[in-house]
This record gives sequence, C-alpha cells and structure tokens, in this order.
Amino acid sequence: MSEHTSATTATGINMYDVRPTTEVPAESPLAWSYHHTGHPGVSQRSRVVIRERAMLGHVVLRGGAIVLDEAVRQVLGFGLPARPNTLNQDPSGERSAQWLSPDEWLVIVPGGEEFSLEAKLREALGDAHYAIVNVSGGQTLLELEGEAATELLMKSTPYDVHPAGFPVGKGVTTVFAKSNLILRRPAEDRWELVLRRSFADYLYRWLLDAGQEYAIGVDD
Amino acid sequence: MLHIYCPYCEELREEEEFHPKGQAHITRPADPDACSDEEWGDYLFFRDNPRGIHHEMWVHAIGCRKFFNVTRNTVTYEILETYPMGEQPRFTAEYPEGKPADQLNDAQQEPSRQEGVHV
Ligand SMILES: [Zn+2]
Repeated sequence: MSEHTSATTATGINMYDVRPTTEVPAESPLAWSYHHTGHPGVSQRSRVVIRERAMLGHVVLRGGAIVLDEAVRQVLGFGLPARPNTLNQDPSGERSAQWLSPDEWLVIVPGGEEFSLEAKLREALGDAHYAIVNVSGGQTLLELEGEAATELLMKSTPYDVHPAGFPVGKGVTTVFAKSNLILRRPAEDRWELVLRRSFADYLYRWLLDAGQEYAIGVDD
Repeated sequence: MLHIYCPYCEELREEEEFHPKGQAHITRPADPDACSDEEWGDYLFFRDNPRGIHHEMWVHAIGCRKFFNVTRNTVTYEILETYPMGEQPRFTAEYPEGKPADQLNDAQQEPSRQEGVHV
C-alpha cells in the first residue's frame, strides 16, 4: 500500500513495501525490453496475443499447509490449493494462489494489495512457523491468448500442454526455452507465464521470435 | 531422456528438470568427536559405485525444488522407484523384485501427501 513508505514492524519482523511511492517511477521487468526490442501491435492476423499484467503483488508463502490455508482463507476468502500443480482463484480471477511445492505457494493479488496482504497474514498467523516473502519486484506476469497459444508453448517447453494433460486450474514450474518459469492455465482460452526479472527480457524476445509465424502481437 | 516421477509433484517430468545429487541414505556420524578418522573419512569422501541397483538422491531443481530418493539400475538406467526423503526403498540389491509386503511400512503401502487441506 502506498501509504506505507517505510519499514513497519509486525510480529518482530521488518516488513518493507517493495514499491513505495517515490519520485522515481517503478517499472516492470519488461520496461527495458519494450524500449529496446519494441512491441509488435495486435492485428487481424495475430493468432497469439501477449499481454503483460505488470506490477501485480506477488507473495510467496512457506510453511505448513494447514496453518497457511486457514490464514489465507481468513484473509482472502479462498483457500490454498491442496493438490500439487494446481491453482485456486477468487471469483473475479484477480487473486490467485498456486501450489509451488509441498510447503510453498505463490499468491498473486492486484498491485498495491500485497503489502497489506502480508500484514494481515502475519497477524492471522501469529506465532506459527512460516515465512512470507513479497517478491513483487522480482517477477512479472504475462498473459498468452489466441488460437495458436498452445502451439507457441509446444515449441518452448517440454511440458505437455495438451488440454488433456493441462486442464484449466493447473499450474507448474518447468523448463521453458532453456530457462524456466511458472506456467499456468487460469481459463480455457488463457495461459499465464510468471517470469523472473532476470529472465524476463530473454523470454519476452523468445516469445516474439517463436510467435512471429503466428503474427504475435503485444496488447498494451 | 529419462522420465522421472517426482514424489512431491506427483507426476512424471522430463529429466531436464532434475539434477542428480549423489548417493542416498548417507548418515552423518551421530557424535563426530567420538568417531574414528576412518569413519569420518568414509562419511565425507567414500561412496558406493555398484553395478546394478543403486539408491541416489535427486533434486527437482526446475520444479518443486525438493530433494528425493531414486532407486536406479546403473546398468540399464531403469528407475525402479522414487520416494520422498526420510523413507526407505522398496527395491534393493537384496530384493530386486521388491521387498515382501511385511517389510514395508504404511507410508510405502499408501503414499499420500498434503492431508488435511480442503479444496
Ligand atoms: Zn517436484
């Protein structure tokens, strides 16, 4: 939240807003890429469209499933996904929680909510044994849509993205174009790619290159 | 290319996502001050190199990033089983066809994770 510009102490832990309001505007990990590589427009011919959902709140939760699930349920109104490689969302689709490992989940919320989310979770968790890390500054989310989106993914990852093996509500961390990312499918016709900052430019350029034959466009 | 079942992700993944991490089930001497140099040296430096069934640690590096155990045949490359840390293998050099049922614990009969969370 923008009103919290300095460190706040909650349960003896220093919490920092990784995106405080300053004179220097915060930029997405892809800002440099847009400037240097450009962003081809969406046309009638585009069979794949990329859209960045920049500056969302990304929070990694670690700890016991039961205690974290209870706290997330209390704060967000929906629970953590219980099964490996799955994704839970609120009805609006704006807030999601994804299984990353048996004791680790990625929660994504609209930008600006992450700081208060962390504070509320810390309050709900009390003395439980857990870790919450706000990683919003370290990664970004790309949406991939269009009839050729699955084809584009097939060129990029060894993971089986056939609808039979990758139903809606699934999400995995996997190899992608010799790099890695989190790949998830929140809706029938939409994929989401969670990229790390250091890989973002490379992966963005990979997607543009691999998507050239589908007249890929970047929606902004 | 091996197809490896991650016991935490509960599905088969490409070998590319994993790294081998050496021999499994190595126990650190409980009281390092009391053990001999030979015991300590064995623990630190000496590893088995069997021809046939071998127990190894692997990590699902591009995935859940958990370590787990693999029983692998070093001659055929066949992976006989993968199992979570802290558990014992079902297939061993002594029982290449699998341990008899009375030697298996409950966890091996019914592998389950993540109990207690509601969808
Ligand atoms: Zn795994």
